[in-house]
Amino acid sequence: MGDPVAMAITHAHASGMGGMRGAGDLVARAQMTKGMRIQEAKNYVADKLSVSNTELTDPVIMTEVREDLQIGQMTPLPECAKGIEAKFNISRVLDIDINCVNRFKKRTGM
Amino acid sequence: MGKIFTRYGDGTPVELSEKEFMEDLVAGTEDAADRASVPQLSEDELDYLLKMYASKSSFVSVEPGREVILTYDAGTLKIRRVGVNVDRIQALQIYEKIMGADTMELCHVDYSYKPLKPIVTMEQPILEQALLATHIPLFYGAMPNLGLYSQPDGPFPNPSELLPNGKIDEARESLEMTVVDAVKDIVFVASCMYESGADGINLDSVGAAGDADFLASLIATEQLKAKYPEICIQIGMAGEFILGMHGQLEYKGTRLAGLYAHDQVKLAKLAGATIFGPVVNTNTTESTPWNLARAITFMKACGEVAEIPIHPNMGMGVGAVPVNDHPPIDTVSRASTAMTTLVKLDGL
Repeated sequence: MGDPVAMAITHAHASGMGGMRGAGDLVARAQMTKGMRIQEAKNYVADKLSVSNTELTDPVIMTEVREDLQIGQMTPLPECAKGIEAKFNISRVLDIDINCVNRFKKRTGM
Repeated sequence: MGKIFTRYGDGTPVELSEKEFMEDLVAGTEDAADRASVPQLSEDELDYLLKMYASKSSFVSVEPGREVILTYDAGTLKIRRVGVNVDRIQALQIYEKIMGADTMELCHVDYSYKPLKPIVTMEQPILEQALLATHIPLFYGAMPNLGLYSQPDGPFPNPSELLPNGKIDEARESLEMTVVDAVKDIVFVASCMYESGADGINLDSVGAAGDADFLASLIATEQLKAKYPEICIQIGMAGEFILGMHGQLEYKGTRLAGLYAHDQVKLAKLAGATIFGPVVNTNTTESTPWNLARAITFMKACGEVAEIPIHPNMGMGVGAVPVNDHPPIDTVSRASTAMTTLVKLDGL
């Protein structure tokens, strides 16, 4: 409950990692698939991306990193990996299983 | 220091002197410590809260490097709820690309596992299409909502009618039967959505119907984890302690009635949950300093003992966020910042 400006947007600015503007979605994946607590999850992702922990929430640096690694970015440029394509790359770069990527491979006989 | 601007738990503005503000902070932490038998906040922590509220800024945030992951309950419904007419996949994209969400949850407007069972095949293709177009991890979520299993909404005698008539054994027997059916429904729906590709399953508002509700969620989690060892399950609570509607239900030797967050999280871990979402309810007639010191005291104890990630609930009406459809940003940003700074947590 509560309107999205007060809830989702306020928390995102006050305490959140910024989602795809940074590496919030990637740290979330580390937490969800490996059960890591926040610091361990940040360290894991920072190590895989070869960035520092503080750079994980920097939108300028992370946009470059995300574009280089083809793992999805806020503004989708032509020929950049998007959606499930980007998630294939996220799975490889982070060395974690992504359920829908595995299902995609199974359904397409990959 | 002049008067400090803050609000009551319903969002009504109020100005307190420094002395009044500190008295409310102390009363809030004492209340939580007394109820849950956990340590009170230290003087340094109370001073931190006082200084943060004394700031004239309308918005405050955590220090760089201390940001955490955000998970959402019923997120896809919240766009439609404010009258924006988009479908659910578009709502997910709005959260992902416009609101900076780290994760999102697909859900149905009838937000309980029981009504989802007959329509789950309509839900699966929506999730499957959403997963092709989005990037952030997607949960599928709903509530166990054991209230739907008793008459007139369900098959079993209603404990709320049996208890006032002194039929305690009959009420307990009814609750035990609801657990069995609810577990089947949760496991069925969650299995379908996981097999469609969900990144995680959210059991939301757990414990809303008391100890049987919590037990059903723990057993369902255990069964899902046995079936799918890699599955991510988030257990998000409904209230700050487990209501003893049955009173004698146990999980692996621990009585559920009356448990607070720091004990709930141990059982969530034991059942196989990946993330635990503890709750502290906001009291509308007390001030925000009272509510915030109280909420942080409960959550701090939970974070200290947790062996799995915790995401304290900070939605409207919990975690010192005022009970109002439009919670003020001055108060929400302070509650968000203070909770993240003082509690060993992993997300909100």
